[in-house]
Amino acid sequence: MKIAIIQFGGTNCDMDVLHVLKEVVGVDAETIWYKEEDLTGFDGVVVPGGFSYGDYLRAGAIAARTPIMDSVKKLAAEGKPVLGICNGFQVLTEAGLLNGALTTNEYPKFRCHWSYLRVETTDTPFTSKFRKEEVVRMPIAHMEGQFYAEEATLADLDENERVVFRYVDEAGKVTDEVNPNGSLENIAGIVNGSRNVLGLMPHPERASEAVLGSDDGRRLFESMADYITEKF
Amino acid sequence: MLPEEDLKIIKKELGREPNLVEQGCFLNLWSEHCSYRSSAPLLKTFTTTGENVLIGPGDDAAVLKFEDGYVLSIAMESHNHPSYVDPYNGAATGVGGIVRDVISMGARPIALMDPLYFGPLDTPKNLFLFEQIIKGIAGYGNCIGVPVVNGETLFDRQYSGNPLVNVVCVGLCKEEDVITSIAKKAGNKLVLAGSSTGKDGLGGASFASRDLSESAEANDRPSVQVGDPYTEKLVIEMTLEATEKGYVKSCRDLGAAGLGGASSEMAAKGGLGARIIADAVPQREPDMNAYEILLAESQERMLFEVAPEDVDAVLALVEKYDLNGAVVGELTEESNYKIEFRGENVATIPIALLTEGAPTFERPSKAPEAREESSKPESPADLKQALLTVLSSYNIASKEWIYRQYDHQVQLRTTVLPGEDSGVLKITDKKGIALSCGCQPRVTLLDPYAGGKTAIVENAMNLAVKGAEGLAIVNCLNFGNPERPEIYWQFKQAVLGLGDAARELEIPVVGGNVSLYNESDEFGTAIPPTPSIGMIGKVDLEIPLPSSFFTKAGDSIVLIGETTSELGASEYYSCLGATEAGKAPAVPENAPKLIKAVIKAVKSGKLSSAHDLSLGGLAAGLARMCKTLGAKVDLNEISGDLQAEELLFAETPARALLATSEPEALQEILKDVPYTVIGTVNGDALEIKGKDFEMALSPEELTTAYESLNDFMMG
Repeated sequence: MKIAIIQFGGTNCDMDVLHVLKEVVGVDAETIWYKEEDLTGFDGVVVPGGFSYGDYLRAGAIAARTPIMDSVKKLAAEGKPVLGICNGFQVLTEAGLLNGALTTNEYPKFRCHWSYLRVETTDTPFTSKFRKEEVVRMPIAHMEGQFYAEEATLADLDENERVVFRYVDEAGKVTDEVNPNGSLENIAGIVNGSRNVLGLMPHPERASEAVLGSDDGRRLFESMADYITEKF
Repeated sequence: MLPEEDLKIIKKELGREPNLVEQGCFLNLWSEHCSYRSSAPLLKTFTTTGENVLIGPGDDAAVLKFEDGYVLSIAMESHNHPSYVDPYNGAATGVGGIVRDVISMGARPIALMDPLYFGPLDTPKNLFLFEQIIKGIAGYGNCIGVPVVNGETLFDRQYSGNPLVNVVCVGLCKEEDVITSIAKKAGNKLVLAGSSTGKDGLGGASFASRDLSESAEANDRPSVQVGDPYTEKLVIEMTLEATEKGYVKSCRDLGAAGLGGASSEMAAKGGLGARIIADAVPQREPDMNAYEILLAESQERMLFEVAPEDVDAVLALVEKYDLNGAVVGELTEESNYKIEFRGENVATIPIALLTEGAPTFERPSKAPEAREESSKPESPADLKQALLTVLSSYNIASKEWIYRQYDHQVQLRTTVLPGEDSGVLKITDKKGIALSCGCQPRVTLLDPYAGGKTAIVENAMNLAVKGAEGLAIVNCLNFGNPERPEIYWQFKQAVLGLGDAARELEIPVVGGNVSLYNESDEFGTAIPPTPSIGMIGKVDLEIPLPSSFFTKAGDSIVLIGETTSELGASEYYSCLGATEAGKAPAVPENAPKLIKAVIKAVKSGKLSSAHDLSLGGLAAGLARMCKTLGAKVDLNEISGDLQAEELLFAETPARALLATSEPEALQEILKDVPYTVIGTVNGDALEIKGKDFEMALSPEELTTAYESLNDFMMG
């Protein structure tokens, strides 16, 4: 098994994800500079966080239009797991791999802090190691994290249990106070229709070692690794 | 233009009149900013060596020995004036500059800290400066993926026309990957990489006169550079890859005085000469002349010394990372610094004269007339209200609104987040670093020597409460116009205070910068003397680190150190508007002992909380620790002859509050220092009683006061 971690100019969580996959979870992973384009031989992809192309134009917009994204789309079409974290989530929505859009936070500043999330479904390649409705802790760090989608899309997300994480309080309740960015229905992460592409704004890689304050995020990567082992 | 005296020296040495390009080189390289002309003799008084110092002052950043073959790089710089003119870009490029200093040593930047000093937020302009400067730091630091892990923010009327933006950057690499700015070999090529060069930032180190630039247009441009963090991130990755592959023989980032500064200094340090071909520099606008190409301070550029056979490989990396780059010259055996432009030689300067020829000197210094102390304010009628006022001061209140905007967790090292006494980062599984920064400008104004000492002791205590011994100090010496003898006296006294306290604690001063002439035409004021420092210490991650807040009900609260009566320069007096009243507290002689005792107590693993006492004194320290739990405190035992307000608000340095469930176990550790058990962690309110007073603050009152700045900014 081998997981590709895509590096665009301005990506800055690539080494963090590499560390967690290799040293903490213990699976093979490799960073791929965006000019390499070919993802043959990889069983999964992570598009990590950062500021690809400086967030110039619109967060994720330029990265979504690089040739390597065609390879990511091909992999996704084969049913392999594709994970977009933070800026990676923005890239995946810009690339059309996920619905909706991520716009500037309601309070229009960068926000970095721990947040509680509720796991809405365990029926994805990324959440099999969680319990449904379990409350987990991961940090956020973004300025454009306000999830927006049209009503019809929202209805589809709800109906098909495609919302994977919501911002909640410590007890697991969805409230406006704990919504850090004004996301519709406190949505923090969603999957595509075939459930193998996940995008989320919180950083699971920053919550994968207890010494850093939480290791809840590690199970997301472990779930992904398990899925690859079983299916590919 | 060059000062007459300088021109005389240059003419004598050259035996001729320097041409315009040459004059431009001298003007910039001999500026106060580049040559530390009037500060160098004083800076020599610092002790800069120690068993862990591999590279001290003089290179782009210092390098310290750490553990397991790792070394740390650290540097500190100010970006004050640009941040007033263009706060967003001024602050952003301040971050960019210090980060490049660290990568110039071959180290990956892993942490930033920002001590910031503003005018009060009661004018639209100060509010604008505050918001934009923080936005600039966040915009740049977040994008390049370097966490901001600690900081300091102080407000004082005298910073209104001249806010201060100081930045500390820490880097990490393996000892064998360290590179320096000492050029190695004649014949090696000089490769410029990063952004292209424009006319921006001309004369940042000095000023570009109309005659010299021969271009009125340049004068109309802002002299503040514009930052591009996206390019900076690429420059970081490209530089580190080139370094790790061994292609870089020496390296310097382009800062003040641009390519002219970096290339001449690198060559001179290696005892070599250099030949620069100005036309070869990738330019972002047409018709630049040699002067502009050489001295522009366009951001995000690095200069590498590369062996001829490695040039292609380095240029391939430039290509890989979508940067601009070219061979712009070479190192020579000559003792001259030569510049060619359009096929002609446009400058030939003896390189040692250019880089080391600026005369350094001490300026006249004069102690100000003995300050007339205004009468002491009367004791407050309502002590509780006084405490709530002090707690609500933006200097003491939570800075969450600020640090929320900074990514403080990227790179997976941050184990203690901003909002505590010092930030802690994991380096290896067992060892980490603690970082703290700041100073006490008001103390420094009343007593510059004590202010210098206080800065060191307070930061050392910030580290001590996380069990960290200081490894090294960097500084940013922000003062007014040194040509005024009273200001030069402040500067000198503060430097001596810093140096003495650092020696007493055996922590070397390994680098920094000097920012003089911080005066405001607009307000006719000079800043309070601000000898800001950054301190780095080593943390043992195998022991549980105490929190800055109370975490365990029933624990005993122990006050370390003695409280004296001076209230001069305190936050309490400042809240009363009595900034000129009283004397500033001196640093107690046993400060090193107190700091060592706290470190030992933390290392015993028996503490649940530990917090340094500074602004707002004992009362503010206690209130600050009551985040989720309250405390019941009886100060009768330590009252002595102190008035209630002295007991509560005096800011005597070298004190700390500890909480422990085993106070008797600390007896042995604390046997050589004064300490008192003053109460217990209890309930959710803060109750304090003394000889003739008693008060209780509810959790709501504490929170409202503590959140004052956040509520103001969000409201």
